[in-house]
Amino acid sequence: MTNESLFQIFINASLVNNFVLAYFLGICPFLGVSGKIETASKMGAAVTFVMVISAVCAYGIHKVLTIIQAPFLELISYIVVIAATVQLVEMFIKKASPTLFKALGIFLPLITTNCAILAVALFQTNKGYGFLESVVYALGAGIGFTLALVLMAGVRERADLSTVPNIVKGTILTLFIAGILSLTFMGFAGLGTQ
Amino acid sequence: MAIKKTTPTKVGFFQSLASAPSTDEFIKGLWRENPTFVQVLGMCPTLAVTNSLTNALAMGLATAFVLVASNGLISSLRNFIPKQVRIATYILIIATFVTLIDYSIQATSVSLHKSLGAFISLIVVNCVILGRAEAFASKNSIGLSLLDGLGMGLGFTFALSCLGTLREIMGNGSLFNFPIFGPAYQEWVVMILPAGGFFTLAIWLLFFNLLKKKSSK
Repeated sequence: MTNESLFQIFINASLVNNFVLAYFLGICPFLGVSGKIETASKMGAAVTFVMVISAVCAYGIHKVLTIIQAPFLELISYIVVIAATVQLVEMFIKKASPTLFKALGIFLPLITTNCAILAVALFQTNKGYGFLESVVYALGAGIGFTLALVLMAGVRERADLSTVPNIVKGTILTLFIAGILSLTFMGFAGLGTQ
Repeated sequence: MAIKKTTPTKVGFFQSLASAPSTDEFIKGLWRENPTFVQVLGMCPTLAVTNSLTNALAMGLATAFVLVASNGLISSLRNFIPKQVRIATYILIIATFVTLIDYSIQATSVSLHKSLGAFISLIVVNCVILGRAEAFASKNSIGLSLLDGLGMGLGFTFALSCLGTLREIMGNGSLFNFPIFGPAYQEWVVMILPAGGFFTLAIWLLFFNLLKKKSSK
């Protein structure tokens, strides 16, 4: 068990070790869906939800697998749980808001292959977090992910209006912005426990 | 295709290399449809583990192995997998191979396993692998799928090595952990930091864009 407080875990996961900008997890949706603030924030919410659910399930699965002594099944069972949760979220969004469903497009089913979610499940297992700690960790990671996505979308909305050389348009410009964002997030380094 | 009916024996494999379309399947992953530089897929490991060339190579080769193995298996099962549950099946197959490579790396080199960390497990969610399974292996013969996997895997390794080389030389003044500039070299710490990953990838993409522009003129 760790002796971090819940608040420390939260700050660590969301700001200091931001999943996108410090650990490079979930880069695909980060580059893909960060075009508009509105879509970005909803994408963030969906990812956060899946993260928390799968973190809870991962906690349970890890307990069961330890009892039956089959740690090699960990990865496979985690990914199945995540895929099922994503399917659930997908059906819900399709029913509740067809426009959002369209805006998220291919990136909604791709939440399954969002490394940030699997990483939350794996990291919390490695760190030996308890139930409450796992939930807070997943929540922090999800909020950190949303924050990065929304910040990025804000900058990109402005960048669309300005003139940039043709050669850096698109991915390259996005990567440079991401690099600068990542540098600014290093300013949080002093806040956390390393 | 000559190799369509059987798994590729050595003869069939080289025969298929000789015929033009299959050579193309192999070459395209290396350059024209390079997963990192052209398709911009599988970004997470690309950025995360390329702070040294050793890590980048190991990660690239591990991914290539999983890619070839899963492409082959999925292609051989393509007529038996029901359409509705195909993605779930693919992920399970991929996860199995990743668990395999995870344990093999741990058995051969503990230090490498430590420096790659959770990113070996995270090969499961590398979009390149699922992307190839869905876009290629589910529709093509085993021989072609293996070639496609090999090409894409090596293309991915090549891209990772490009990033790893630049980052290690600039950020650490070394290559394969072997110092090349001597003690007087002032390291660009930013290149080793996460931000450097974004910058380096942007620089390489810019470089390839310029190349493309020049050659099309």
